[in-house]
Amino acid sequence: MSKKKEPISTGPEWTFELIQRYDEELGRIAAEFKLDTYPNQIEVITSEQMMDAYSSVGMPLNYNHWSFGKQFVDTEQNYKRGRMGLAYEIVINSEPCISYLMEENTMTMQALVIAHACYGHNSFFKGNYLFQTWTDASSIIDYLLFAKNYIAKCEERHGVQAVEELLDSCHSLMNYGVNRYMRPTPLTPAEERERQQAREEYTQRHLNQLWNTIPQKQESAEEMISRFPAEPEENLLYFVEKNAPLLEPWQREIVRIVRKVAQYFYPQKQTQVMNEGWACFWHYTLLNTMYDEGLVNDGFMMEFLHSHSSVVYQPPFDSPYFNGVNPYTLGFHMMMDIRRICEEPTDEDREWFPDLAGTPWLDAIHHAMRNYKDESFILQYLSPRLIRELKLFTILDDASNPTLKVSVIHNELGYRQVREDLAAQYNLGNREPNIQVYNVDVRGDRSLTLRHFMHSGQPMGESTSEVMRHMHRLWGFDVCMESTNPDGEVAQAYHCPPRHTDVPAVI
Amino acid sequence: MSYIIDRRLNAKKKSTVNRQRFLRRYRKHIKEAVEDSVNQRSITDMDKGGSVTIPRRDISEPSFHHGEGGIRKRVFPGNKEFVPGDEFQRPQGGGGGGGAGSGNASNQGEGDDEFTFQINQDEFLDFMFEGLELPYLVKKQLKDATLWETRRAGFTNAGSPDKIHIIRSLRAANMRRIALSGKERRRIRELEREIESIQLRMSNGDAEEQVAKLRLEIEEQRALIKRLPWIDDFDIKYNNTIRVPVPSSKAVMFCVMDVSGSMTQSIKDMAKRFFILLYLFLKRNYKHIEVVFIRHHTHAKEVDEQEFFYSRETGGTIVSSALNLTADVLEERYNATDWNVYVAQASDGDNWDGDSDVCGRILDKRILPHVQYFSYVEITTGPHQNLWVEYEQLQQRWNENFAMHQIEDPADIYGVFRKLFEKKTEGAA
Repeated sequence: MSKKKEPISTGPEWTFELIQRYDEELGRIAAEFKLDTYPNQIEVITSEQMMDAYSSVGMPLNYNHWSFGKQFVDTEQNYKRGRMGLAYEIVINSEPCISYLMEENTMTMQALVIAHACYGHNSFFKGNYLFQTWTDASSIIDYLLFAKNYIAKCEERHGVQAVEELLDSCHSLMNYGVNRYMRPTPLTPAEERERQQAREEYTQRHLNQLWNTIPQKQESAEEMISRFPAEPEENLLYFVEKNAPLLEPWQREIVRIVRKVAQYFYPQKQTQVMNEGWACFWHYTLLNTMYDEGLVNDGFMMEFLHSHSSVVYQPPFDSPYFNGVNPYTLGFHMMMDIRRICEEPTDEDREWFPDLAGTPWLDAIHHAMRNYKDESFILQYLSPRLIRELKLFTILDDASNPTLKVSVIHNELGYRQVREDLAAQYNLGNREPNIQVYNVDVRGDRSLTLRHFMHSGQPMGESTSEVMRHMHRLWGFDVCMESTNPDGEVAQAYHCPPRHTDVPAVI
Repeated sequence: MSYIIDRRLNAKKKSTVNRQRFLRRYRKHIKEAVEDSVNQRSITDMDKGGSVTIPRRDISEPSFHHGEGGIRKRVFPGNKEFVPGDEFQRPQGGGGGGGAGSGNASNQGEGDDEFTFQINQDEFLDFMFEGLELPYLVKKQLKDATLWETRRAGFTNAGSPDKIHIIRSLRAANMRRIALSGKERRRIRELEREIESIQLRMSNGDAEEQVAKLRLEIEEQRALIKRLPWIDDFDIKYNNTIRVPVPSSKAVMFCVMDVSGSMTQSIKDMAKRFFILLYLFLKRNYKHIEVVFIRHHTHAKEVDEQEFFYSRETGGTIVSSALNLTADVLEERYNATDWNVYVAQASDGDNWDGDSDVCGRILDKRILPHVQYFSYVEITTGPHQNLWVEYEQLQQRWNENFAMHQIEDPADIYGVFRKLFEKKTEGAA
């Protein structure tokens, strides 16, 4: 153990010099723990600026849209009424990695935030496979700048109203604007601009061909009945961008922008538990190491532990504060649990995690961070011990039964099932309806047919017909969606414009 | 390596545009909310900002998500007494339990059906007075404009010395000198080139003499240039100013109210609200506003605000006394060419028999020719009386700047106010 050093600071006031000292020490310790990060850009902002950042989905710049304004007035209202505190930090997956610190925070909080965001989240952004595959940290800010300017230009040229309507439609389909399996090629902003023009031309030409009404010679009957697209397409916005008959080039570009932004946020949606767990684990570990070295004093630790434990508090299901499983709690405890299993395995652990028990914890935890997303992470690492500690249980809600049923609880018989159920809860494929482009009536009325593959008999929600209207606006011709059950039977159909046959079929 | 940046002084209002777009999109909702709150508000905070509430479902952004039904499982923490196989009733309301779905589809906050936010005073007034205008304002203003404002209007060649524009004057002088010295300078350049070539070609002795001659000529040319006047009369430029008529930005508002025994406190309250609305509205259009309070029963008296609204008197009603006093004050203090005059009269409609035609005459001769707008509100639930009948005739003659309306209960006030001031089409003006 190295000899005790002097605490860096003792009071609650922060200064830029102190922030720098803390950052240097945290950076040094983080490097000892092999945390690989993008360079950090730490920005001190006011609460007002924090609210601005909140309302542009945390990004330092974004295009203009009323929905961000709605978010802003909502945040402002809640904050001013004291109903909600602002987050202590926002961190952006970019290179350099931008983290916002709030002016109002105490020195302890600033240090906590630096450890949490600048070293925790940052190394996660850099290391996790989903982020590596799906996002390009170095170009996102430039891309948003391009998007903002492009959309502003469109507003000038085509009117705010027209752009707003288009964005409304795209936003309603934003969750269906991501590629799940194909890696997008990263582009520099310059290339992006060049390609945008080439694309405009190409798409238009391609479309003219597709919608050409002059009959072509030698068409075999086989071709006539084949579907378009040949393979179902789950990226609805991509399909619209490439194939919608009536969109202008600038409209296609805006669809593309929304799609790109959606794609950028796609990994974050799938790694919430891991990302927060990882960041909490590291702020906890890093600050404790600083304490061990004597760099921070007891007062600092008291304040830190107080915030830390309120962040990772999990209210029980019957508490008025209950709002689902707290990703911070689950993630933090799972990360701590991996370390425990490595360092002090019990017999149970040896049985459940034979490959993990007794191995070096740092490698194990890095491996987990790099190669999993929430769903697989829980499935792989949630231990019986943690299930017991959190007292997890599953409720089965079958709409055809009048009552709810407790299907499994935290006992020997239930561990595996609870773990499976919890993992499934984080599977985006279960959370969002599975909808794909099924067919376009190319030779007929150009109507678009979507297929909704029902999951466990769950029907579509109430705003479906609203979204169908948006889809119709983008496609320009009739749009139809069929909800099919596993047997392939159509259980319910939605049409836009509506048809009188739209009565729900018997389920 | 980390960069630490202080962003606190950067632009703050980044969300302003988005916020405005949000307000614009929901202006119908917001206007309704504002109208409601105008009618409910106490008088003193009529012009404060306010909170606006919109049903959440009206502003929700749609997305594809799962609806209720089907089979779903949800994992909860903090089990206390459940064992596998326990069954219980579905919790009602709030959609808690299993009903909220397994995802974040409905994280908007359970049971929070209303979306409430604040708008500030300016925005509040904007919504309150949207679509209203002062009638016939433009026409009147231009006709009566007697206020002049001096404005800059370029530059001239004549003017008084205090308006000299030095930079332009010197620039003009410089241009003139350059233009007039062109011939001489060209000659100087030729001579200089010649000197150079001579010095290159010839030996020292011969060159000396010729060069000296040429140099002399250069000197002569230089002297010619020097003789050009450095500044001339027509170089001098003056700032030009012109006088333009501007509409008067001063307005006076007369509040005329009956305080006879028949006016109860609640009727006065309604009148006061009407006056306040008018005052706020005028304040948006004029820089400077004065308010004259005139109360009357059988005699009229100019009073201060406190007395106007709160002191009680009884007695009969002679409306003409108040109108006479109004006309007197108008003539004495508010010259119609300098002031925009607005008169708002509130009464319960009672008047002494035989006085109403006097009122008609005073208005016709002494008041209406000088005012921008005269509005009369009758606050009564009963039938109209003789004053109303008399005023109806006036309205036909002065339909441009005379308006009257009846108010029955507080909820009418705002509506009546809007009706009195709603935008008229061009044709009517």
